[in-house]
Amino acid sequence: MIARVDTPSPGGSPRWLPPVTQLQVGALALVIVGGVYMASYFPQRPPLALPIALLAASVTMSAIGAVMLARVRDFAWDTFLLVGRWALLAYVIQAGMIEYAFVHNHARGAPLVVVTLMLVMFAITIPTVIAFTVARYEVVQPVQSHT
Amino acid sequence: MTDEAHVRSAVAGGLAEGPPRAAIQVVPLRGLPVVGAILVFLIVAIAGNWRWALDLFHVAGGGLWTAIDLFVGLVVGPILGRLSIPARAEFSARFMPKMVLIMPTLVVMTLAAGFQLAIDLGNLEPSSPNHGWLVASFAIVGVMSVIALGVLEPANIAVLFEMRKPLPDGEVIAKLMKRFVYTAGILGLMQVGTLVIMTRVATQ
Repeated sequence: MIARVDTPSPGGSPRWLPPVTQLQVGALALVIVGGVYMASYFPQRPPLALPIALLAASVTMSAIGAVMLARVRDFAWDTFLLVGRWALLAYVIQAGMIEYAFVHNHARGAPLVVVTLMLVMFAITIPTVIAFTVARYEVVQPVQSHT
Repeated sequence: MTDEAHVRSAVAGGLAEGPPRAAIQVVPLRGLPVVGAILVFLIVAIAGNWRWALDLFHVAGGGLWTAIDLFVGLVVGPILGRLSIPARAEFSARFMPKMVLIMPTLVVMTLAAGFQLAIDLGNLEPSSPNHGWLVASFAIVGVMSVIALGVLEPANIAVLFEMRKPLPDGEVIAKLMKRFVYTAGILGLMQVGTLVIMTRVATQ
């Protein structure tokens, strides 16, 4: 499951990177489907089986993407962390606005917990995609191997 | 070797021959107080259930969101595609930072105020004749969110970072700008669907 992307390397040739964008956008899509499903029932209490299944699938996809990304060598981690940090702040504020709208309208108990966890995924996946997209176009020096 | 690769790429893309470039600010700091003020006003409007303010945020925000997406995708995009790469880069350097602030603010304004209006007006109740239409609009907005947040926004930020490099890669900028403009156009067309639903909901 490897995606070809035209990330520059010091030699100017394309590099191979894991499909982090596809996995994180897929994880985002799953929580958005779950969120739309729950919002369509609001202010009534929605059945939670489908949203919880979608949330679990989203967490799994995102975690796989994170593990694959963590194993990449010669990646512009400084840029990734710089962009990711600020994007995370922006999307935590957006997720907070959505959470506020639900809490203000008396969402309580298990549905609120599920919505909150979906918003956590929302706030994590988007900054990851943004930071990965920026960092993959950075030119990095390869890590020297001592073996 | 690294520098050589950069120079080759930038010259191939035409940027090395362009005019001197101004420093690029990814997030225009002068705009942040305006965004902060809008968000605070939005929170107060939701807390107080101010119908006029919620209408203002939802209608004005949604109208601007749609108009900007359509204008960028269908008017600016084709013009941009015919410009030289240095001209595209020059335009992008001034245009994209503004979009970083404007679009997320419009999206939050429109969606948060719209959700509150739907609850206040009872349109989300299953017995409401508008319930089905609203769920349809949620679905459209859901698809739009995935495209906007997963494709458009990362392309926007990546262009800005590429522009900040001493020798930006013209091909990377052109590729990312094309992605930005196409997705803006697709989002604008989907927004028209939302407008049809919203006008129907408002008049039912």
